[in-house]
Amino acid sequence: MRELKILAVVVVLTLVTYWGVEPFAHSQMHPHVEPANYNFAEADKETTKEAVTVAKEALEEAQKENNEKDIHLAQVEYDNAVAFEKTMTDFWTANEEVTSLTGNAENGAVLVQSNCTACHSIEKQGFPQLMDNASAAAAYGVVPPDLSTAGKIYTKDYLVAFIKDPALASKVSHKFVDGKIHPMPGYGWMQPQEIADMVAYLQSISPKEMTNKEVFTDACQRCHGIKYGDMQGGTMAAKTPNENIKAYMGKLPPDLSQYIRSRGESYLHTFVNDPQKHLEGTAMPRVGLTNDAEVQVVKYMQEVGDSKKEQREALGPKFLIYLVIFAIFAWLWKASKWRDVH
Amino acid sequence: MAKFEKANSVGEWLDQRLNTTALTKVLMTEYWIPKDINFLWAMGVLLAVTFKILVISGLFLMMYYKPDVNLAFDSVNYTIMQEVAYGWLFRHMHGVAASVVFLIIYIHMFTGIYYGSYKQGREMIWISGMLLFMTFSAAGFSGYMLPWGQMSYWAAMVITNLFGGVPVIGDALVVWIRGDFNVADATLTRFFMLHVFLLPIVIMGIIGLHFYTLRIPHVNNQKGEEIDYDAEAEKYLTGNKKEAKVIPFWPVFISKDFAILGIFLIFYFYLVFFHYNFAMDPVNFDPADNMVTPAHIYPEWYFLWSYEVLRGFFFDVGPVKAFDIGLAAFGFANVIFLLLPWLDRDTKILPAHKRPMFFIWFWVLMADLIVLTIWGKLPPTGTNAWIGFAAAMLFIILFLVLPIVTKIDAKKRGE
Repeated sequence: MRELKILAVVVVLTLVTYWGVEPFAHSQMHPHVEPANYNFAEADKETTKEAVTVAKEALEEAQKENNEKDIHLAQVEYDNAVAFEKTMTDFWTANEEVTSLTGNAENGAVLVQSNCTACHSIEKQGFPQLMDNASAAAAYGVVPPDLSTAGKIYTKDYLVAFIKDPALASKVSHKFVDGKIHPMPGYGWMQPQEIADMVAYLQSISPKEMTNKEVFTDACQRCHGIKYGDMQGGTMAAKTPNENIKAYMGKLPPDLSQYIRSRGESYLHTFVNDPQKHLEGTAMPRVGLTNDAEVQVVKYMQEVGDSKKEQREALGPKFLIYLVIFAIFAWLWKASKWRDVH
Repeated sequence: MAKFEKANSVGEWLDQRLNTTALTKVLMTEYWIPKDINFLWAMGVLLAVTFKILVISGLFLMMYYKPDVNLAFDSVNYTIMQEVAYGWLFRHMHGVAASVVFLIIYIHMFTGIYYGSYKQGREMIWISGMLLFMTFSAAGFSGYMLPWGQMSYWAAMVITNLFGGVPVIGDALVVWIRGDFNVADATLTRFFMLHVFLLPIVIMGIIGLHFYTLRIPHVNNQKGEEIDYDAEAEKYLTGNKKEAKVIPFWPVFISKDFAILGIFLIFYFYLVFFHYNFAMDPVNFDPADNMVTPAHIYPEWYFLWSYEVLRGFFFDVGPVKAFDIGLAAFGFANVIFLLLPWLDRDTKILPAHKRPMFFIWFWVLMADLIVLTIWGKLPPTGTNAWIGFAAAMLFIILFLVLPIVTKIDAKKRGE
């Protein structure tokens, strides 16, 4: 009995310490973020509103302190936040008009082929890449994506938004100021019906099924390498050469081989859905993946970064069963030896 | 030379040359242990087993690990974890054991403190144990650096920087320890040597010493009772096993150790297979990058308490810099346990629950160490900084008042 009490004390102290240095510290160091939201119009409404609230609080704080310079800065921040909220609201309201239309894929084919294939390949439809990756990256800053699968991996809303204004749709408009422009021009000047047609075309040519690796390649690999995916062959390096992508993004995007372990599944989901949530001001665009495509991306990262997961989970129970048997025999042996001495 | 006759068995042949019969008696079957012990006394055997697991899994890891800043990260995370058959198992066993070994060391240490096992004649047991703790710490730290992840790198940066606080030679000392002006390849290769050769050898040596120190004063027991080992052993040997206060190490004592080991191994392998993450900081799965500082730098959980003592003193006092005060406190925290046998002024060996003031002292110390551990990981800002400061102060005060506390207990008992 006494030993059980001692054991309870040891266990409780250990668990308290564990709780403190693991879940508790984690909750203190990583602020909570809203879960992933694939309705980007709604998501943007929430985040811009929140930004306004934060800026307003900062302004009130500054007014309390009564420091003129701080008030001025806070006022500018607040005005910007309000203006940006309006920009985004208008943007998504206009997009809604397009999304509600029924697109004509045949008409879209003509539009896409005449407007997009100068820069984008659509390999599946017989429009090959015009330049090799290095030349394309030198020309555009980053290798433009092939459009064969865009209709499958991106949401419809996002495709509409992106065609109209790439920087706003991918939440990187903060990068393109002072005369810098997004390498893809916006097509906001087109008729809503035309944009709807183009999206309908992209959706009509996209494959029904894609492997996890294919989704990763199309969604991430233009900027990110994942070298453990093919360590010897080296085919999973980023498509855009290092020096170009570094110049384009401001820093070299990290290799993702171990991100499943350094960031974990739930972080990756919220991060891919909206990079700004965890890294405010980051140059990484919101990619616009559908929920399914994002799950496939994270699955691929797991296949690469934690390839022995299945083996580990299969072996674990066997190991533990063996140890339980060992423990039973050890206790029986103990009982037989201690019978004489008590 | 002794006279040798033809042996009738391998055992006999060995006995003639190595005196194995006498040796087994001294080391095993007639090495006497008090009967009045609880499972906390099994921690020594658990530690021996965990250390063995560390050595063996470490040998396998060493076959594939590359101590080179360009190769280290991939050799661990790709070659060992993904290419080598069951490499992941050895890595998880090594990583989890490295963490669990400290949990057991702490339980072992505080068992000793609770039952007064460091006193009157057992000082050498305590000192050799503390030396083991120190060398384990050095081994843990040097090993943590080897995967060359972000936290490895910055932990090495922070810890080696501490030596800069040594008066006069500080800066030169830092460069000498790193082997470079920065934490770099030279640092990695020397830490590799320390981790895989020098420190394990030293640990094995001190383990031998630690076992040897038990020979003369013998193991303590739950009541702190003085036992006449010769008389009690005589009782046991004549068959009066129930009355004898002692039992032989083999097979009686070890059978209990094995039973507890069985439970421990279930817990340990559960962690290895299903909860290995707790022992591996996610930040360390980002390769080392000397251009990017992690948002929070903290050591492994087992160093957090002394790390918090180090940074608890966050403000300058007059002309003395906060860094220097923290460093002095850190030094104090790391040597003060060694002096425990002389700080405890009680004349008797008694468990804490029979020493009212010491009992309070003990639990306050435990609570303080847990607070230090938890706050050692939290960002040291705002209230956190003040809690850290208070806990660090309390830690120092506790050791300053220990002689008084223990003396009062002795006086109250009328000694």
